[in-house]
Amino acid sequence: MVVELYLDLLCQPCRSVYIFAKKNNIPFEFKHVELLKGEHLCEEFDKVNLLRKVPALRDGNFTLAESIAILLYLSRKFNTPDHWYPSDVQKRARVDEYLSWQHTAIRAQGCNFYRTKVLMPLLVGKPFPAERLERAVEDLKSTMKQFEEKFLQDKPFIVGSEISLADLMAIAELMQALGAGWDVFEGRPKLTEWRHRVEEAIGKELFREAHEVKRDGAKMFVDAPNETQRLTWC
Amino acid sequence: MGLELYLDLLSQPCRAVYIFAKKNRIPFEFKHVELFKGQQFTEEFKKVNMLKKVPALKDGPFLLAESTAILLYLSRKYNTPDHWYPSDIEARARVDEYLSWHHTNIRANAPKTMWIKVLIPLLTGQSLPPEKLQEVMEGLATSLKQFEEKFLQDKPFIVGSEISLADLVAIVELMQPVAVGCDVFEDRPKLAEWRNRVEEAVGEELFQQAHELILNIKELSNIQVDPRLKEQLTPVLLKMLK
Repeated sequence: MVVELYLDLLCQPCRSVYIFAKKNNIPFEFKHVELLKGEHLCEEFDKVNLLRKVPALRDGNFTLAESIAILLYLSRKFNTPDHWYPSDVQKRARVDEYLSWQHTAIRAQGCNFYRTKVLMPLLVGKPFPAERLERAVEDLKSTMKQFEEKFLQDKPFIVGSEISLADLMAIAELMQALGAGWDVFEGRPKLTEWRHRVEEAIGKELFREAHEVKRDGAKMFVDAPNETQRLTWC
Repeated sequence: MGLELYLDLLSQPCRAVYIFAKKNRIPFEFKHVELFKGQQFTEEFKKVNMLKKVPALKDGPFLLAESTAILLYLSRKYNTPDHWYPSDIEARARVDEYLSWHHTNIRANAPKTMWIKVLIPLLTGQSLPPEKLQEVMEGLATSLKQFEEKFLQDKPFIVGSEISLADLVAIVELMQPVAVGCDVFEDRPKLAEWRNRVEEAVGEELFQQAHELILNIKELSNIQVDPRLKEQLTPVLLKMLK
């Protein structure tokens, strides 16, 4: 039985897991959990992930939630190239450091921005309150500043000279903002160059494939039938 | 030059790092960064962690922030007993799973009790209406329910039969509400039993030592809060007041 990955590519961590699995030729069955249809809330999915979130993994009897746990599990089980999660203790610590920080930084602010700019207006059916959006933008800008100053600095990637899980998680989050209509890379040449390096390391085709769904996200959201389903998404 | 750990035991993640290092007899120099005095904002500390947070680690020229990263680094460098971060790939994944979920669940909710009961009165001189605490406790109750149903279940520890980094990170966080009089273990017998097992596995003496400061937080109620800390906390404060 092959690994099952429960994903919706509208969701940032799902894209990271998808890209990682594809890039490393990890055989898996793509189990589409359509968030906008509330498929993460059904009883069948509860058996895979009681937390009702994607991504989730099922490997035989073993089920696993949380994208970081899934990425690390896959990297170990399939013995992926060292650069993704370097065996050098200090480099590995740098990846851990980023993966830990990002939860309440890039990920939190990125999600907040997306919710404020895209989801909430669609949910309430009227334009976003400008003040809230401004605050969400400032928070994300501030976090991106920390990202550049502390994590990226003048290096080609977050951890030295090759792409790692840290870059993979970061790029997916920043692409979400892009999908919401804000080019976070504009005016940030260092970040832009990093983005191009990450895309190239992943492979342009795979990168585009993973992010295609994002573009139609807003439209799909409008058609989602159930408010509760929308709210539990991100 | 040996390992330096920059800590304030008022901080939950600092306690996890402290307990882990002590329990595993990892030699280190305790560098006290007093948060209320704003010592995390000094130029000197910024050189250790530009994010201006504790815990932080300095190992020769190598600097590291984020408690999860520090715990994992220490476990590898000092080759700590397997149960802390099991080599079995599935057991290890379970620890990773908890450590990841923790950030935006238990760690997002538990500290709010400290805000309501101690920090807000300290910073503003006012108390919040009881509904605010009620709201926070409800949020925490949701996280605790998920914790018990998904992570602990009927096992002695989060990952099987021995304590791991997951339990350590969880327990220190849950002691924060306890310290301010919100005993989350009351009326939760399974959780209370788990707490006792964790305390025993850590060692009662070490556990008490690590929690002495926070359990006496009321003594800090007259402390002068450094203005830089006030400034840093203001955005969170405003969010809490809404």
